[in-house]
Amino acid sequence: MFHNLQELRHSASLANKVFIQRDYSEGTTCKFQTKFPSELESRIERTLFEDTVKTLNNYYAEAEKIGGQSYLEGCLACATAYLIFLCMETRYEKVLKKIAKYIQEQNEKIYAPRGLLITDPIERGMRVIEISIYEDRGSSGSSSGSSSVSGSTAR
Amino acid sequence: MSAVMITRKVRKWEKLPGKNTFCCDGRVMMARQKGVFYLTLFLIAGTCALFFAFECPYLAVHLCPAIPVFAALLFVFVMAMLLRTSFSDPGVLPRALPEEATFIEMEIEAANGNVPAGQRPPPRIRNVQINNQIVKLKYCYTCKIFRPPRASHCSICDNCVDRFDHHCPWVGNCVGKRNYRYFYLFTLSLSLLTIYIFTFDIVHVVMRSMNGGFLNTLKETPGTVLEVLVCFFTLWSVVGLTGFHTYLISLNQTTNEDIKGSWSGKNRGQNPYSHKNIIKNCCEVLCGPTYPSVLDRRGLLQEDSTLVSSSNPVPQTTKTTAPLIPNEHTPDDAKPSIASSAEKSASPKEEHPAAMKFPPLASPETDAETSIAKERAH
Repeated sequence: MFHNLQELRHSASLANKVFIQRDYSEGTTCKFQTKFPSELESRIERTLFEDTVKTLNNYYAEAEKIGGQSYLEGCLACATAYLIFLCMETRYEKVLKKIAKYIQEQNEKIYAPRGLLITDPIERGMRVIEISIYEDRGSSGSSSGSSSVSGSTAR
Repeated sequence: MSAVMITRKVRKWEKLPGKNTFCCDGRVMMARQKGVFYLTLFLIAGTCALFFAFECPYLAVHLCPAIPVFAALLFVFVMAMLLRTSFSDPGVLPRALPEEATFIEMEIEAANGNVPAGQRPPPRIRNVQINNQIVKLKYCYTCKIFRPPRASHCSICDNCVDRFDHHCPWVGNCVGKRNYRYFYLFTLSLSLLTIYIFTFDIVHVVMRSMNGGFLNTLKETPGTVLEVLVCFFTLWSVVGLTGFHTYLISLNQTTNEDIKGSWSGKNRGQNPYSHKNIIKNCCEVLCGPTYPSVLDRRGLLQEDSTLVSSSNPVPQTTKTTAPLIPNEHTPDDAKPSIASSAEKSASPKEEHPAAMKFPPLASPETDAETSIAKERAH
């Protein structure tokens, strides 16, 4: 078992990758399927996985919500010929930062200890959530000099 | 003997596939052919310059000083919208990396089951249900992805673009999800500017003729004739275009869908993306969120300049499994054998391609642009 993200990246070998596809049932808004892939069955609990995807979906829904705030932002930006975006961050960009932080946190706390790694969907064109599955190489092999555990991490 | 690796900062835009040109170190993204865009710039700037030189001094004094001020504001807005449309990423979808492409291939093969030898495998289509309407997602052989709904592949830029509207040579870029509202505001403000200049040209000529005669007026301000000519022809095209796009926005349709007749004729009233309310549709398109670019053009690549870029994995991953449809990435030795059957299948009919010797050839793209481009190429 791995204890942190660094160890995962340096000493594990990539076994497989799973791609969570988009859910288009409600239109073109960004939403991912919560169906639990079979490759992860032995690695992580279903509820944890579903929670992660549902939280991500909520973040994206918040970013793409069409309501009072988005109208205000749109009209203000139009009135300034969209030059205001040179100094101001859009709401979507703010939410994307929150998402990046959330994914980092989830990787550190939940996924890395189970030998998994989530890639931020924005790095894959918002098409898929890529989950990398790592194999435990067993003891040592950690030549990168990270000051971590020795052979006792072998299963 | 040890090789010295020279590392230099390589930004991601330098390795992006597709036929775009990038400027300002990746900040600006346009299509390759920019000639017509320069013409647009020249026409707008030139006509406005003539207006400010010939009409404005007279009108400011004899009518109202606010006239040139308003014209200047309108001009600045038009240019801002034009540059924003031309220079921004229209919503390009990045191509699938090798692992994702392989994963999709495996899913397709699992779905198709065993195809008897000599038979054409079914076309790569995924059906999804959107708001109780079945929509077919097509597979893009160039980008190796199933295109999201409303996305389409632009053959001029060689990219899949989200919510693809059309490729506009006048702005030198595709019009898609990210820059559609700027494009619409550009056509709208240009219509207003053209009408404005045209009106005040007439007013100016009338006012001056009353004092000095018509021919004298034309001799004093020769620029007026040019302006009126340009405005007259621009009016018909740009105002018409604005009207057309206003119609599309109120129905929440794209030009691409309109041309293909996706939601007209027998499918009328079934557009799953429409809110069935004109105001809501307009608000979604014009006041919706500003989508970020997923391309990350200015990110740094973590590699040395001596490494091979991974942007074209076609020969490696798909040689054994995927049927080949000829495109720019087909290895040259395979092209002649496929080209003859490609000629037969160039007409955009998905269900009944001509009988071919090679079973693996799947359905050709049915986009209007690709069929036109194919006809040009052949």
